[in-house]
Amino acid sequence: MSGRRSRSRQSSGISEDQINDLIIKLQQLLPELRNSRRSDKVSASRVLQETCNYIRNLHREVDDLSERLSELLANTDTAQAALIRSLLTQ
Amino acid sequence: MASLISDNEQPSMTINPNSTAHVRKKKRFSSSSPSSSASISTESHPRWRSEKQHRIYSAKLIQALKQVRLSSSSSVTSSPTTHTRGKAVREAADRALAVSARGRTLWSRAILANRIKLKFRKHKRPRQTVIPAMTTVVTTGTSRNKKRRVSVVRLNKKSIPTVNRKVRVLGRLVPGCKKESVPVILEEATDYIQALEMQVRAMNSLVELLSGSASAPPPI
Repeated sequence: MSGRRSRSRQSSGISEDQINDLIIKLQQLLPELRNSRRSDKVSASRVLQETCNYIRNLHREVDDLSERLSELLANTDTAQAALIRSLLTQ
Repeated sequence: MASLISDNEQPSMTINPNSTAHVRKKKRFSSSSPSSSASISTESHPRWRSEKQHRIYSAKLIQALKQVRLSSSSSVTSSPTTHTRGKAVREAADRALAVSARGRTLWSRAILANRIKLKFRKHKRPRQTVIPAMTTVVTTGTSRNKKRRVSVVRLNKKSIPTVNRKVRVLGRLVPGCKKESVPVILEEATDYIQALEMQVRAMNSLVELLSGSASAPPPI
């Protein structure tokens, strides 16, 4: 009975309210826009721009960290191998 | 859960079951390891902020990294550049991240599908037949919207094409969302950002751990 009504609401697709809500949620995740969350409105395009920048920053951080990790892993390998070797040859 | 509420007598801001987990996390983060970020956790996705998730991810990451180390040491390349090794580490980390997402998000499935190369490319739609070690229900971006009357963001008629454009750009950044609709991209982005933050925290603590042990001389 009410199935038709609910189905039409969902299939009518994307309402502005939904998009607004999602953008609000996104804004709360961003470190910069989260603290200055006064009652004045941050524009949607600004939120999206900051999101893109933030994701790019995070990607870059992950890349940097992976490089450092790979160096550390290689070094601990060789360090431990050298240690073991020196212990064995004593 | 009830005991936790009685323990923390502090007036919590919201009174729903998510907030007890939130308060519990705050107490634990204040007393624990250096990997605690300023996590003012949102109510919507508490799972990427929980310590349990952090532990799961760290364990998977360490396993994956061990495999990377073994493969790179046994390979014949005498001088692997930092970039190729770094990329291998990054891919392992991404893979571990995607696995800990348990297949509920688009980007995680896309990351894993790319690893299985192009064989299953036509099954990239959520048919659930592809991912080997995942037996979860496919829920792509279920938007349970609590109707909040306070809207901080205004979408006016003029800005809709701008918003669309930026959402497309965002969709290219998040893996697997190049051709999705706007609300899907936004929802995936929120999840992806939190997952990435956790990844950064975990890798940071791992680097600290490794560099701390490498610099200190081992006791004899």
